Amino acid sequence: MTVMENGIGAAVKRREDFRFLKGLGRYTDDMVMPKQTHCVFVRSPVAHAKLGKIDLTAAMKSAGVVAIFTAADLEADNVGGVPCGWLVTGRENKPMVEPKHSILASGKVRHVGDPVVAVIAETIEQAKDAAEKVSIDYQELPAVVDMTKALKGGGTPVHDEAANNMCFDWELGDQAATDAAFAKAAHICKIDLINQRLVANAMEPRAAIGSYDIATDEHLLVTTSQNPHVIRLLMGAFVLNIPEHKLRVLSPDVGGGFGSKIFHYAEEAFVTWASKKINRPIKWVAERSESFVSDAHGRDHVTHAEMAFDKDGNALGLKVDTLANMGAYLSTFAPSVPTWLHGTLLAGQYTTPAIYVNVKAMFTNTVPVDAYRGAGRPEATFVVERLMSKAAAELGIDQTELRRKNFIRTFPYQTPVAVVYDIGDYDASMDKAIELADYKGFEARRAAAKAKGKLRGIGVASYIEACGIAPSSLVGALGARAGLYEAATVRVNPTGSVSILTGSHSHGQGHDTTFAQVVADKLGIGIESVDIIHGDTARVPFGMGTYGSRSLAVGGTAIVNALQKVIDKGRKIAAHLLEASESDVVFENGAFQVKGTDKKKTFGEIALTAYVPHKYPIDHIEPGLEETAFYDPKNFTFPAGTYICEIEIDPATGQTEIIKFTAADDFGNIVNPMIVEGQVHGGLVQGIGQALMENTVYDENGQLKTGSYMDYCMPRADDVPSFQVATTVTACTHNPLGVKGCGEAGAIGSPPAVINAVCDALRDYGVGHIDMPATPEKIWRIINGAPVAKAAE
Amino acid sequence: MPQISLEVNGKSVNTEVAANTLLVDVLRTNLALTGTHVGCVTSQCGACVVHVNGASVKSCTMLAVQANGAKIMTIEGLSQGTNMHPVQAAFKEAHGLQCGFCTPGMVMSVTDLLSRNANPSETEIRSWLKGNICRCTGYHNIVKAVQIAAKSMAVKVAAE
Amino acid sequence: MYSFDYSRPGSVADAAKAASANPEAKILAGGQTLVPTLKQRLASPSAVIDLGGIADLKTIKRDSNVLVIGAMVTHDAVARSAEVKAAIPALAILAGAIGDPAVRNVGTIGGSVANNDPAADYPSAVLALGAAVITDKREIPADQYFTGMFSTVLDAGEIITAIRFPIPKRAGYAKMEQRASRYALVGAFVADTGSGIRCAVTGCGAGGVFRSTDIEAALSANFSTDALKNVKVSPANLMGDIHGSVDYRAAMVPVMAGRAVAAAG
Repeated sequence: MTVMENGIGAAVKRREDFRFLKGLGRYTDDMVMPKQTHCVFVRSPVAHAKLGKIDLTAAMKSAGVVAIFTAADLEADNVGGVPCGWLVTGRENKPMVEPKHSILASGKVRHVGDPVVAVIAETIEQAKDAAEKVSIDYQELPAVVDMTKALKGGGTPVHDEAANNMCFDWELGDQAATDAAFAKAAHICKIDLINQRLVANAMEPRAAIGSYDIATDEHLLVTTSQNPHVIRLLMGAFVLNIPEHKLRVLSPDVGGGFGSKIFHYAEEAFVTWASKKINRPIKWVAERSESFVSDAHGRDHVTHAEMAFDKDGNALGLKVDTLANMGAYLSTFAPSVPTWLHGTLLAGQYTTPAIYVNVKAMFTNTVPVDAYRGAGRPEATFVVERLMSKAAAELGIDQTELRRKNFIRTFPYQTPVAVVYDIGDYDASMDKAIELADYKGFEARRAAAKAKGKLRGIGVASYIEACGIAPSSLVGALGARAGLYEAATVRVNPTGSVSILTGSHSHGQGHDTTFAQVVADKLGIGIESVDIIHGDTARVPFGMGTYGSRSLAVGGTAIVNALQKVIDKGRKIAAHLLEASESDVVFENGAFQVKGTDKKKTFGEIALTAYVPHKYPIDHIEPGLEETAFYDPKNFTFPAGTYICEIEIDPATGQTEIIKFTAADDFGNIVNPMIVEGQVHGGLVQGIGQALMENTVYDENGQLKTGSYMDYCMPRADDVPSFQVATTVTACTHNPLGVKGCGEAGAIGSPPAVINAVCDALRDYGVGHIDMPATPEKIWRIINGAPVAKAAE
Repeated sequence: MPQISLEVNGKSVNTEVAANTLLVDVLRTNLALTGTHVGCVTSQCGACVVHVNGASVKSCTMLAVQANGAKIMTIEGLSQGTNMHPVQAAFKEAHGLQCGFCTPGMVMSVTDLLSRNANPSETEIRSWLKGNICRCTGYHNIVKAVQIAAKSMAVKVAAE
Repeated sequence: MYSFDYSRPGSVADAAKAASANPEAKILAGGQTLVPTLKQRLASPSAVIDLGGIADLKTIKRDSNVLVIGAMVTHDAVARSAEVKAAIPALAILAGAIGDPAVRNVGTIGGSVANNDPAADYPSAVLALGAAVITDKREIPADQYFTGMFSTVLDAGEIITAIRFPIPKRAGYAKMEQRASRYALVGAFVADTGSGIRCAVTGCGAGGVFRSTDIEAALSANFSTDALKNVKVSPANLMGDIHGSVDYRAAMVPVMAGRAVAAAG
């Protein structure tokens, strides 16, 4: 395939970079509205308490105060709670418990950071001054923090509706068949593991500006969202009862999301509602410490899993038992994460014929947990890939060989956990990783390291993920309360330039470049003639946004389909102008040409004709050239790959250094290899951060001990090496670009690769497993035979 | 309120600020130079790095009054119009940015590094950048960008 | 940040006068600790006295066998100073590894020593080298200066003007960083002063920086990394947290001291 300059497959430099590099990005906090006020939320300092008297007297007298609101004001206006977008149905058809999540806490506070009072003032410092004068009587209750203890019940439940703190008890797979598989096993590998709670920590803290125009009765919300249309839908329909045509949601430049900016948050609804109450714009910007207690967290699973093998190492069955933390309230997509985004991926890349998974989701007095880069898939991959390497060590089989023995090699493949893999070539990515990592030379390097007094280890992980989320009918059947298609409009302007209005949202992914490459390629026009518009419900017809590595596979396909409509219409116009039959006109290299002749019209000529329809088939074609497509995917896409991590431990300190990290991914066809590599690098560091550094620690009273960068370990430049990244290609079978998605892979495949390497390095110390993050102290304790603290160390 | 005089991106600025105003707030609010960002409250993330008298400084950790009389350079002052400074150009070339939020601080930090060490090793680059957190790039391409910038600046110096 | 009065005196005498006039005033050096503290509303001084305008405090001077570093000399200036590198290279290395470059460009030795953060680097050098803390009122030997976490013998309003370091025969510093904050989790400064071996430990003392007599004894017998192989540091009087238990930190003290010895050459 030849690659057109700036077309599909070219490593085009990003068009958006200029504004970011010049300091001309326009993020929410950069916007200043006339007569803007500032909002500060008074948040609960305790994890669980009944709310007694709230005294605003002193605060109201504080200088610069414009207004102060509590839950009572919202209730008086019949404001709804923050809705949950996914209803999970558990065993025996029992629906999940879905307690109300008030915009401001009502009656009770349920986690440190739960907003109770909102103070609006002329300046941010005045709002802070007044907030300090708000007096709230917190009648403290015992906090439910530990899921295992929560399950045992007793104490005060987080929600009265869930006396045992359980949100749902969900299962997937054939339990009887799995039990039968285990009954005939020659070897059973068992593991207890924790997939620790993480904080996404996009570098731009969340922010929102609410504004109301009394002249038009229109609301504007500027918000740091990955999906402004979803926010409009959820907030308009379920919280504030504002119809779409009176509510504009704008998400301008957004400084990273990683999932945490998918969700509809209380602060967005509050500033939108309150801006009408005070008839002035209201800005709220989270300080980082506030982000830690108000952004949805990620992961937080406690799992016991067992995998059954026959005597030759063929996997027979897999059982997974997981406790998943929901936190204090159900965030937008929280219930889908440990269920349909987790259980369905437990086959991994393997032919394991029988799988059964049970997930109990628990309420605790902690910040709500929802999707974070990978969302459920990293948790599934960690279970499967830890079991594979642990079993390999137990069976005395090389960890790559055990995987190969069990690879799926015929497609499409129906897994025992509901999904159908359309295509893949797991040997190819494994081969590539083995070659680049010099896997075969490892033992010599281990010996050389040992001679220097260091412990070297190598870890392999072969991940699979389900991306391109998602077929609406399927997710609807599984409990989603929305469709997960994507929309795009291709607006061909009269002089031939093209504006693309996409429902996908770029907050670092480079859509401005990648999408333009697709358009330039399909229309045969210069990339400079293409403009990508996103992030504004007033400009883009509709959209479901960016998450789950879906933008190119779903949003890109919507663009391609709309382009096809444009080309089809153009062909009709061209046929008329060229006095040829429509079926004889082909569109190639940017021109409509009559087959077998040199008669042609360029794309630009056709565009102009469409808007200046003097010689035009006006009786059966409308003027203008603008088409919209909604694309609903037929299946998930299934990116997969193999990662190999080589580490060295300093036994004196327990410190781990990553010597080499190799990633071989199959993302299907690639539009911009430079951007894809960048996505992998970023994912890898988030995954390595999880494996070695990051942790969200609550004490037994529900106080967050890692509430700033002083205590939450963000990976920095000197914590990680440069990477070796490569791709292999099997094109996705069910979208026209053949693309699968690349945003989350790095964060999914890397944690087990790192931990497998750490366990390999420590193999002489009888280590079956080490929980993430594998800190120097944990490793030092293993080496020194000291007890390792479990769970919240 | 104290009166302060600054030179910001080559222009002199005289303004009244409350003593409890941070330098970053003067830049962002009073001067509408919103390229300098705030990403944390504990002086860790480096999104707010600007140059004060030529040295990289966290503008969220300096009172505006402390900077009185100083020459300040923000990302907006690094290059003019549609031009890009070699460090900016290298970040684009190497895909050293994604969401762009940490980028201005990162670029200002790198220009300080290269003014002191024209040809830093990968270890020196990574060590220098530990005060600038990026959640998107995994740092791989930022390191590459610094190496490219160092080369292109060396060529430029040689040519002059 | 709460509001406060601000002044930027031009001399130590004026600063001292301002400080004695207002016992609630805070002295601002580089501000890398004080500004975040103010920003988070964790302190509400009625006045802030900025030493940034006093040129006298920004000098580094070597006087035969002592090195005098002005209180307002930045970490970066210490790290890059030819005088410091020649006299006490370990001190330049320590300064060059504090925080990150942007912090080092502003943070000062006087500020660090006055604040006495239990995880700061400088206190270990001051104590191990047996330096003197010079103030507007007196000279305080390091052994008497540090009195506990964030606590020193400085009187309210007393202003550090310089630190005077005797030049050792050799010295070294090694630390393990707390991975989030990048402060020292365990740091050890060892010095062969010519009149004895001193080792000061930062990052892990429940009472802030302290001298480790076990390590000093072992190194006095044999100034080598090997001499520390079997030295055990008691976890009593150490502090632990989610980033490192007292046991772990105790075990890391001899490891870091050993690396400091190796660095001292």
